[in-house]
Amino acid sequence: MLGNYLPILLFLITAIVIGGIAMAAGRLLGPNKPDAAKLSPYECGFEAFENTRMKFDVRYYLVAILFIIFDLEIAFLFPWAIVLDDIGMFGFVAMVIFLLVLVIGFVYEWMKGALEWE
Amino acid sequence: MRLSDLQIWTITPEIIVAIMACAILMIDVAMPERARKTIGFGLTVSTLLLAAIAVVVGQDAGYTIGLYGLVVQDRVSDIAKLGICLITAVALVYGRSYTEERNLLRGEFLALALFGTVGMMVMVSANHLITLYIGLELFSLCLYALIALHRDSAEATEAAMKYFVLGALASGILLYAMSLLYGLTGTLELAGIRQSVSGFSADDLPLAVALILVIVGLLFKLGAVPFHMWVPDVYAGSPTSVTAYLASAPKIAAFVIILRLLAISLEPLLEVWQDMLIAVALLSIGFGNLVAIAQRNMKRMLAYSTISHMGFFLLGILSGDSVGYSAAMLYAVIHAVVSLGVFGCILHFSGEGFEADQLDDYRGLSKTDPWLAFLMLLFMLSLAGVPPTVGFYAKLSVFQAVIGAGLLWVAVPAALFVVVGAFYYLRVVKLMYFDEPVAKTPVRSSAAPLESRALLTVNGLLIIGIMPWIGVIAEACRNAILLVGS
Repeated sequence: MLGNYLPILLFLITAIVIGGIAMAAGRLLGPNKPDAAKLSPYECGFEAFENTRMKFDVRYYLVAILFIIFDLEIAFLFPWAIVLDDIGMFGFVAMVIFLLVLVIGFVYEWMKGALEWE
Repeated sequence: MRLSDLQIWTITPEIIVAIMACAILMIDVAMPERARKTIGFGLTVSTLLLAAIAVVVGQDAGYTIGLYGLVVQDRVSDIAKLGICLITAVALVYGRSYTEERNLLRGEFLALALFGTVGMMVMVSANHLITLYIGLELFSLCLYALIALHRDSAEATEAAMKYFVLGALASGILLYAMSLLYGLTGTLELAGIRQSVSGFSADDLPLAVALILVIVGLLFKLGAVPFHMWVPDVYAGSPTSVTAYLASAPKIAAFVIILRLLAISLEPLLEVWQDMLIAVALLSIGFGNLVAIAQRNMKRMLAYSTISHMGFFLLGILSGDSVGYSAAMLYAVIHAVVSLGVFGCILHFSGEGFEADQLDDYRGLSKTDPWLAFLMLLFMLSLAGVPPTVGFYAKLSVFQAVIGAGLLWVAVPAALFVVVGAFYYLRVVKLMYFDEPVAKTPVRSSAAPLESRALLTVNGLLIIGIMPWIGVIAEACRNAILLVGS
């Protein structure tokens, strides 16, 4: 029974080996001359303005959560669109119900003002 | 796949409640402020009643699999759904003025309560591990939000945070158990799992791990020792109307998922899980009853009392036969009704700026409000298991089942702890009837709406065991369980 998982194991091993090769090759073949300027953290060429561990506005989280919902919706829609011919009316109706529920959530958050920044 | 093969009517009540929850959410954003509360609240309660009627009309004496094996409708699911709808509706009515005074009665409160009810009903009809998990998560997510609804209260936020973290952990454990079960049996359908599991030997290691994880996940959600840490904080921290909601109907849903997952699908492993549950049940009964004595906060005390009641409920399950399962079902239903009443009393006693959650608040209640004190007396006696009340019959049937299963040594310590438990229930009675009222006069319960007071009275009368409903329920539970077993 465990034999079914062999491809996954092979995949994991291949991934680790390829990742390892890339890093080892860079280390072994590339020139390596570190100095203080190269090793210091930077923001787009500037020195870092402030501590990176700062507080985020809670609104970013709201936007992120709302984004994830509709992002996942797309993730469901793609495979559905590809097999739509096979699943027929049943699959179509099921997805319409799913989208309707999402639309209700969308209308709710819009009317509540969750999409306005100020 | 055709729509006509779906047997969609098996989940009519769920569909009704889900659609109405969406509608209430829409009404909340579309209607003017003033109309919202009355209409939203009225719609919520009538939705639950409508769903209860749908359960009765569409009841199924047999065993129907719907949605291609995802859900099942049988006597157990019908009874549980009916109980969940009615009890939730009553809990909302009790909590109305409390919630309104704290400015929490918004569309979100009602919609979340309804979606949580949908979650409970989905759990109850689950015939498939995925359905079961979706129901459980839908319910839990609504509950996290409901507890945190009182945003300015530090206690409520703390309770929600604790419940969320521990609940997420429990969900993860349960999900891992389900994935192991799927890997071992190759099916997610509960009947298929049962068939496949009976082919395993009882000391198969991966199966044992899966079983332990299932039990841990379920006990976490149930709040049995040693997975009880969140219960007192959640009971005490959430708004009392939410506590009334989460202390009543969910116990019925919990019974059904434990019945379906543990007692039916994994019944071939009865010998293995019986020992685990004996330890957990005795620890819950002992720990819950002992720690409740030390509480000065009414809601915390009731939380520990719930932990001990969950121990009794598990005693019925671990008997491992239809007598035990029907005793556990009866226990879950009765506990839900009694908890509903107790929290109803607290809700009626509390007022604006007065939570009524300290034991001292109840001093001399019989003089300031004899009606409420008498009802509280009935509920306390029922929780303690004193004979004329239904709590006695619930405990009696559990003990009969345990002794019938040849586990006399389990029944004896459990019975001893019932005596210990009687102390803190009777202390409330003593405070109400034999102590003098405190100087500050609390808000009178007569300020509460009439329909809610009438319901509470009916709830109190139901607790007196000479009422015929107890026999009807016991009979219905027995028949329902016999059908499932066959």
